[in-house]
Amino acid sequence: MGEAIAFYTIAAFVLGFAVLVVSTKDTVHSVLFLVLDFLFVAALYVLLGAEFLAVIQILVYAGGIVVLYLFVVMLVNLKRPPEAHQDRNRRTKLGFGLAAAVLLEIAAIAAYSSARPAPATAAATGVGNTEQVGWLLYTNYLIPFEIASMLLLVAMIGAIVLAKREL
Amino acid sequence: MIDTFVIPLLQIVIVLNATLVAVTYMVLLERKVIAWAQSRLGPMRVGPYGILQPVADAVKLMIKEDITPVRADRWVFTAAPIISMVPALIVYAVIPFGPRITLFGRSVPLYITDINVGLLYIVSVASVGVYGIILAGYASNSKYPLLASLRASAQLISYEVAVTLTLVSVILLAGSLSMVNIVNAQFNARVWFGFAQPVAFVIFLIGGLAETNRAPFDLPEAEQELTGGFHTEYSGMRFALFFLAEYANMIVVSSVATTLFLGGWLPPFPNTPALHFLYFVPSWAWFLIKSFVFLYVFIWVRATLPRYRYDQLMRLGWKVLIPLAIANLVVTGIVKVLIG
Repeated sequence: MGEAIAFYTIAAFVLGFAVLVVSTKDTVHSVLFLVLDFLFVAALYVLLGAEFLAVIQILVYAGGIVVLYLFVVMLVNLKRPPEAHQDRNRRTKLGFGLAAAVLLEIAAIAAYSSARPAPATAAATGVGNTEQVGWLLYTNYLIPFEIASMLLLVAMIGAIVLAKREL
Repeated sequence: MIDTFVIPLLQIVIVLNATLVAVTYMVLLERKVIAWAQSRLGPMRVGPYGILQPVADAVKLMIKEDITPVRADRWVFTAAPIISMVPALIVYAVIPFGPRITLFGRSVPLYITDINVGLLYIVSVASVGVYGIILAGYASNSKYPLLASLRASAQLISYEVAVTLTLVSVILLAGSLSMVNIVNAQFNARVWFGFAQPVAFVIFLIGGLAETNRAPFDLPEAEQELTGGFHTEYSGMRFALFFLAEYANMIVVSSVATTLFLGGWLPPFPNTPALHFLYFVPSWAWFLIKSFVFLYVFIWVRATLPRYRYDQLMRLGWKVLIPLAIANLVVTGIVKVLIG
């Protein structure tokens, strides 16, 4: 009961801030709402007993990535008038299309996970959250993990090449 | 009921108040130590030897006029000092001032909570604190604060990398992210991790100075270049919040350094039979003494060293400290595997 109340309260905040992110006119305010949104998503993770994920969520997204967003938004002049050829109707259509795609994806995931429920791992083994994540990353999910790190390496090299052209 | 609600609430009230009092008296201590280093007397008027100076400062800051610049972003301008202050305070939730002790026939921990991702919690909360600085500079809508806040955030982000890498090598030794378990690991190892990880310890101290924007890394408030820093446009209580947050962060860095590298509440060379007489000093007293030493070093460094130039600061961070921290981490990992 208490857990359900906590979940729906936090979920309401997550959705509310998400709406504010896209509806606010001022770009910096929009980024700040995104930070708040991420903090509430972290709260959801805590509710699920995934405290490691919650802390990483704050560290990487709220404390790292969004700081870069903020830099870009602050330093790049975004108050340009919209280009003439861009009609609003086309963007609305595109938005609806993308939203429908995401909805379909979520529905597919929900259908898949209800058909094949994931094995209950947390708390059953008595090992901490962090150890479990580490263990799974280096056993069952080694290849996705390595591919993700390759992706980051490529991005890093790309950034260096872009920044240091005469290197 | 008492264990889950009353005791944690009491602990929170005590820790918050003690921290705020400590922060205000840090300001006095700093003025006194620097005055002593420069052969002056420092504040002497309010109370004997200026002991009531923090009270006078607090009253002054509270009754001062609080100005919001006309072209400032009003909401963000108000939120920025709060965003700086809150992370500095909620970190104390996981800092262990001592082990469980028996108080009035009840087992009471000398820490508010011991979560199993404690150290990561501290790092992540500290990483949110940078918003206060960036937003203060942005919302003021003024040149110098914006430049200062960009400097400050670049400095924070750069040194955060090195500091976090040193934390990882401590985690490797301790095998846990919980602050209490890290201290217990030092008890079992019979040695403070500062002796096992001298390189990490030094990098952490330098990084700690940079992360708290203290001299010699106080470029964000270099008054000769930037008038006052990111809080130039702030006045009254909102300025005071930034000021207090800086000192609260110093206490955080000192407490974390004490816990990770100087054995937290443990006496020197814990668990050694020949040194058992050291346990007559209570655990929390060891913790406070060691944290105080760090705070004193912070002030001492400020009184001694001149300020770095900006490119020197970045070179030190990226070309010296980060490679050194990575090398230290690799060596720690290899040694740990070899010894088992």
